[in-house]
Order: sequence, then C-alpha cells, then structure tokens
Amino acid sequence: MFKSMLTASEDQRADIAILVDGKTIRARAGESLATALLNAGVVPLRHTPVSGSPRAPFCLMGVCFDCLVEVDGRQNVQSCMVQVHAGMQVRLPDGARHVGDPA
Amino acid sequence: MMAPTHDLIIIGAGPAGMSAALHAAALGLKTLLLDEQSHPGGQIYRNVTQVPPKVAAVLGPDYRHGRGLAERLQQCGVDYRSGALVWEITEDLVVTFQQDERSSRVRARQIIAATGAMERPSPVPGWTLPGVLNAGAAQIAMKTSASVPQGPVVLAGAGPLLLLVACQLLEAGAEVAAVVQTAPRENLRRALRHLPAALGAPHYLIKGLKMLWRLRRAGVPLYQGASELRIEGQHQVQQVQFNIGPQRHTLAAKVVLLHHGVVPNTQLSRQLRLDHQWDAINLCWTPVVDEGGQSSLPGLRIAGDGAAIAGARAAEPAGVIAAAHAALAVGKIDAPTCAASVREAQAERDRHLRIRPFLDALYRPPQWLAQPPDEAIVCRCEEVTAGQIREMARLGCQGPNQTKFFSRCGMGPCQGRMCGLTVTQMLAQALHKSPEEVGAYHIRTPLKPIALASLAALADTEPLAPE
Repeated sequence: MFKSMLTASEDQRADIAILVDGKTIRARAGESLATALLNAGVVPLRHTPVSGSPRAPFCLMGVCFDCLVEVDGRQNVQSCMVQVHAGMQVRLPDGARHVGDPA
Repeated sequence: MMAPTHDLIIIGAGPAGMSAALHAAALGLKTLLLDEQSHPGGQIYRNVTQVPPKVAAVLGPDYRHGRGLAERLQQCGVDYRSGALVWEITEDLVVTFQQDERSSRVRARQIIAATGAMERPSPVPGWTLPGVLNAGAAQIAMKTSASVPQGPVVLAGAGPLLLLVACQLLEAGAEVAAVVQTAPRENLRRALRHLPAALGAPHYLIKGLKMLWRLRRAGVPLYQGASELRIEGQHQVQQVQFNIGPQRHTLAAKVVLLHHGVVPNTQLSRQLRLDHQWDAINLCWTPVVDEGGQSSLPGLRIAGDGAAIAGARAAEPAGVIAAAHAALAVGKIDAPTCAASVREAQAERDRHLRIRPFLDALYRPPQWLAQPPDEAIVCRCEEVTAGQIREMARLGCQGPNQTKFFSRCGMGPCQGRMCGLTVTQMLAQALHKSPEEVGAYHIRTPLKPIALASLAALADTEPLAPE
C-alpha cells in the first residue's frame, strides 16, 4: 500500500528482517513499525474485536489506535509509535479474544 | 506529599516544548522535558534530526527549520527523556510517566503542557477502510520512513496541510490523482474580509499560491466545494465519491487522505478538568489560558497548538513566553525581567497570528462534516454509527457521557480522541443546544493504555535520579 521514496543508492538505512505472524518481512532500520507493515503490504493489519472488520493504520501519530499490534510479547502496542529493530516479533490481532484462546 | 523534584516539567518536544525548554535552561530553571517519541520534533518536525537528505529536500525549508531547534535542545543541558509517555497529572502537579515499561512520578513547581494538535476527525462513510488515512499521516510516513502511498492517491478535505501534502507527495514521486476540496464556496467571501491582515504575513500567502500553482502545473484535478463525500471498497479503498453541486463524481483510488484542519489535543487538559471553551469558528475545544499560558489550574501552563491552533512558528515564541512566566512564578526572575524576556517573543507570535483569521475562515470545515449520514461510523473503536447517536439523542441522552454509557461510544482504546468532537456537535444539533451545554467526554487516567506491570512499578519508585 506504501513504497519507499528513495532509490537503493539513496537509502543509507540498514536492511533488516522482522517477523510478522511467523513470516519474514524486510524493513529499514529506524522506520516506524506501522510504515514497515504498510510498505510490506500487510493490509489489513488487524480485524476489530467488535465486528471483525478490517483495519489499517490511520493517523500514524498515536491518536487513533487503529495500528495496535503485539510486539515482542507486549499486547496493544501502537505500531506507529515504535521503531523496528532486527528480529522484532509481531503478531497481528484478529478479532475479539475468547476465553480459552491461546495467550 | 511528594516534594518538588523540578522547577519545571515540560510535556512534549514539539516546537513549543523545545523552545520552552531552551528558554527555561537559559533562565536557570531545573527542567525536565518528557516526550513520547524516540526523537525530538513533535509531529511537525517529526524525525527531523534523522531524516535522509532527499526526504528533507522534499519536505522543504519549513520542515528543516526544526532541525536547529532539536539540535540546540540536545546540547542545552535540559534533562530530556524520549520514549516517556505521560499518563497522569494531578492537581498538585505530580506527573506520572512511563518509560522503558516502568512508571515513575515526578513533581514540579510549574508545568508546561506542549501536547500540540491532532487532525480533526473526518467521519465520512468508509473512513475506517484500510487505505484511508489522514493527510498528516502520509506526511508522517515520509518523515519517519521515507514512505509514500503506492497507486492513485486522492486527497480530500480542507486546509493548507491538504495542499502541502499533495505537493510533497508529487515531489516524492507518488501518483496524486486528485485534490477534492470540501471547503464551502462561501468561505472565500468570508475569508476576503481578513485579507488585509493576512497581507501582514505574506510568507503564508505566497506559500499557498505556490502550492496551488504547483498542483495546476502538474495537471492534478482540483475540485472545489465538494459535499456528500464517501469512500467505498470491499476490504480496502477502491473509490471516492462526492458531489460538486448536483453532479456526482467517482474517482478510483488506492489510498485516500482525509484532512479537515487540526484541533488542540485536549486529552491532558480534560483529564485535569481544566476550563475549556468552544471555538465556534474552528469548531473545536480550546483550554482557557491567559497571556502567559496559565490555565485554570495554578501552575499548569499550556503552550503552542495545544492551547489554540496557531502553527509551528507561533508555537516557538509561545514556548518562550510560557517558560518566562514559569520562571517568574517560581521566583527565578522578577516581573520587569520577565516582561523584557517575552517582548520579542510576543511580537514574533503576533506576526505569525496575522494569517489565522484568513486561514480559519477560508478552511472552516463544512457543516455536514460533523453531521454524518446515519450509516457512517463515528466511534472507530467501538463501531458506533451516527444513526445510533441520533437514536440515543431521541431516547433522551443529554450529553456525550450518557451516550458513552448507552453504547460504549468513546470507550475504546483511543479514549474518545477520534469521536469526541463529532459526538458533541451531533448531540448539540439534535438537542438544539450549544456545544458548551452538551459538553465533552470526561477523560480519565491512564491517558493511554499501560501494562499492569508498569503501574506496579510505581510501588517502589524512587525520586527520579538525574541521568
């Protein structure tokens, strides 16, 4: 859904790998997790707990809470407010949680 | 009671917070600057110290201006903490913040909240679809990640930022399919009355004309006076529809960027139950403050766009003024020194304010924006529609805190940030009352969700040691 505006030679940022639901995604060191996911086409990023409707980042400034994901075991992290790091483990929320679901 | 740990705590490292910190340091105040982001700059200068040269070139000199401020901040000796999320302030000026998953408490004799602005919610049908973002979000994607939307982009709304982002996206190589302006045509007539004052701030007018010229030169279709805006798609955006007069238009798009101006982010001032007033021109709440930024809570000042929208260049002198008054309040300087210290800042601030009445009139959002059709989602978190809010008004709900109890509208993770203004305006219209009579959500701590372990860490908090 998004792409880099830099050519390969213009981009000095290190190329790193993060894991999203077990799949490897390439990202650039220092960028926000939300934009890394948008660049990689991880859309929708989650399904809502209320109706299961698809969502993706909306404000990228920490106010809309539509980009919530699980990061390195921490739940409900605003992915627009954290920077990616190599080996980051991301899980995408998928609707409401139910009693008995795996943690 | 906790003894003060600092003379001054500043919350937010945008233009107002950074300039307040620089001035406070110069005046010798023991100052702590807390900012949620990993680098200074706020949203307007976000990532300005890290950004690649090509991105800085695309974003232009007004963005690059922030680099000097951020660099001076890092050298000025103020205790600046990044990644520090303030989630509570109490009336005795105790500030609780979370950093590295742990919460800590600090207390100041004075606080400057420089918590800035957020984009006004644009609750049109389809605005929750993946691929719809705020226009400011697209700019932030450039700043933080050198990323731009892929495929045709339609920008829709009203405000200088809409045009600026369209121009920046063109420079960055994105495919700008159209700019759909929703400001009603009569806005121009009302704005012209303020043109003489605006001529006192020619930089802004010239910048605006250049942006329009840039878009025309690139052949970007510019629509004026659009209404009945809606976004359609199955799982993500496919098209945008709107009316120009009686004519319905449909444009294909992969990404839609919405923007209807920015409004003060009042979560913190509401959490403290400070006095607020309804700004009937800009259709938003502003906390009540005096010339020195002093709010209705003694010792708590608000500087920059968090007090009233005036823009980044006016926020800088506002930070200086608030810091000087804070220094006066704690007895670090006397009144004549304070007056001398703020004279230049006040003149600078006034120069930047000259454009505001013109811009506010020209880009006043259309009335229909806050009265969406029944099907439109108003509360994105709890998925409460405009129709449900109207129904609750019919059932006798008198204000936003009642509709909250009836429907959970405003009770999701964003804590009402994305629906509060719309709900107040919808209820005011339905109940034939003013927004002041209808009121706003009560905002409670924590201001953002925090983990229980972070809260538990408070139990054995030591007073904050200097870094």
